Amino acid sequence: MASFQLLPDAISNLVHDGDTVALEGFTHLIPFAAGHEIIRQGRRNLTLIRMTPDLIYDQMIGSGCARKLVFSWGGNPGVGSLYRLRDAVENGWPNEIEIEEHSHAAMANAYAAGAAGMPSAFFRGYRGTELPEVNARIRFVDCPFTGEPLACVPAHRPDVAMIHAQRADRKGNVLIEGIVGVQKEAVLAARRSLVTVEEVVDDLAAGSPNSVVLPSWTVTAIAVAPEGARPSYAHGYYSRDNSFYVAWDGIAKERESFTRWMRENVLR
Amino acid sequence: MNYTATEMMTIAAARALKSDDVCFVGIGLPSAACNLARATHAPGVTLVYESGTIEAKPAVLPLSIGDGELCETALTTVSVPEMFRYWLQGGRISVGFLSGAQVDRFGNLNSTVIGPYGKPRVRLPGAGGATEIATSCGRIFMIMRHNARAMVEKLDFLTTLGHGPTGQERRKLGIATAGPVLLVTDLCIMEPERETNEMTVTALHPGTTRERVIENTGWRARFANEVRETEPPSPVELDALRELNARTARAHTGGNA
Repeated sequence: MASFQLLPDAISNLVHDGDTVALEGFTHLIPFAAGHEIIRQGRRNLTLIRMTPDLIYDQMIGSGCARKLVFSWGGNPGVGSLYRLRDAVENGWPNEIEIEEHSHAAMANAYAAGAAGMPSAFFRGYRGTELPEVNARIRFVDCPFTGEPLACVPAHRPDVAMIHAQRADRKGNVLIEGIVGVQKEAVLAARRSLVTVEEVVDDLAAGSPNSVVLPSWTVTAIAVAPEGARPSYAHGYYSRDNSFYVAWDGIAKERESFTRWMRENVLR
Repeated sequence: MNYTATEMMTIAAARALKSDDVCFVGIGLPSAACNLARATHAPGVTLVYESGTIEAKPAVLPLSIGDGELCETALTTVSVPEMFRYWLQGGRISVGFLSGAQVDRFGNLNSTVIGPYGKPRVRLPGAGGATEIATSCGRIFMIMRHNARAMVEKLDFLTTLGHGPTGQERRKLGIATAGPVLLVTDLCIMEPERETNEMTVTALHPGTTRERVIENTGWRARFANEVRETEPPSPVELDALRELNARTARAHTGGNA
């Protein structure tokens, strides 16, 4: 059963230096509060997995938490670059970072394979691209029935997955609504998981018998973190702060303005 | 009526979509063109975004691929693995609408790096969905600003397959889908030449000269035997695009998706 913990305790208990960590949320429900707590606790040498490393990974990479990034699209959506990610890749600041680069289809399949307990994922992809030349973990196998060459990537099996969700009930069952991304797959693929939630309620009030619900016994820890996805959004609770995504472009561009913003807004 | 080159580009791209198309929409310029098509001549066009939103009908252009607006207006929203497996790989999408940092004469795209991969001068966002969109959708439309830095003789990295480095690799790989059939820029329209698959100019936007296209193309631009002049934007198209952009600007500066 999931245990309810305070967010600092949950990060302290679940995330260790050197872990492989996936914070997921496809534009929606991005676990900013959890990421900020990792930064505050000064975790180092993490392998960070995420389909769309956006502002939260820019902040974690710029704060020196990451040794490696596994991803498929690293930008500030609709705005431009992630300058802290770029500074790490282009200039090694604040430290060198290893890149393992995929396509979205590969990442989504790798999470699904992890959730399914498979060692790897097969799909029709990576045809004609140079990505396999720079990523040795992209391979091809022939379908044993048709002979068709299929792309193959290892399953994602993170030490810890972290997601943000709308709510949990008092038993620790979790409801996710709206754009659900790969959150369910990330939690089911991981050895340990942390779900931050907007609130804990008596009744989940799921909108449909087919709603995305993670049973309590699939989750390690739940931490209440109201507005824990800001500046991204939580469907039914608050909307995306697009103006902050635009402002981040200026904040993150220079090391000094980034460091100052982190000190004033995250590390205090 | 006066109009900008960007407006001409967006409108020319929108015209390529039909009401019965099912379109996988990239963010930015493609999203503007797709939603303009839906607001004008192709009200029935089905827009699918990689965030899992199927039949999205946004009133404003989303800033990101997963804005709340897309989910709230969609017929249904599926998970991202389902989107890539059943809907894209499953062959349900007729048109993919893409852009990139660099394109070459055979419609191959780079969205990975400028400079060498191991020590890039500019680290770009990466493949995202494009690599599989390009091979799984029935046809690919592309929209790019026309300049020699973007339209290059040789890509720094081949992220997304068009017709291949010599125009023949896509065919040799036995990929059943058509690949790039249209490239719309702010100067002209290019389409692949039969057999060579080289993107050649088939229409010039009003006021654009051949010399201007040649100057702004990183490879030696070629022209089809018959080059049309693009129909200028109609008042209806311009009004619809400007309303869409004005609604979008209001929504995004207000801090609400």
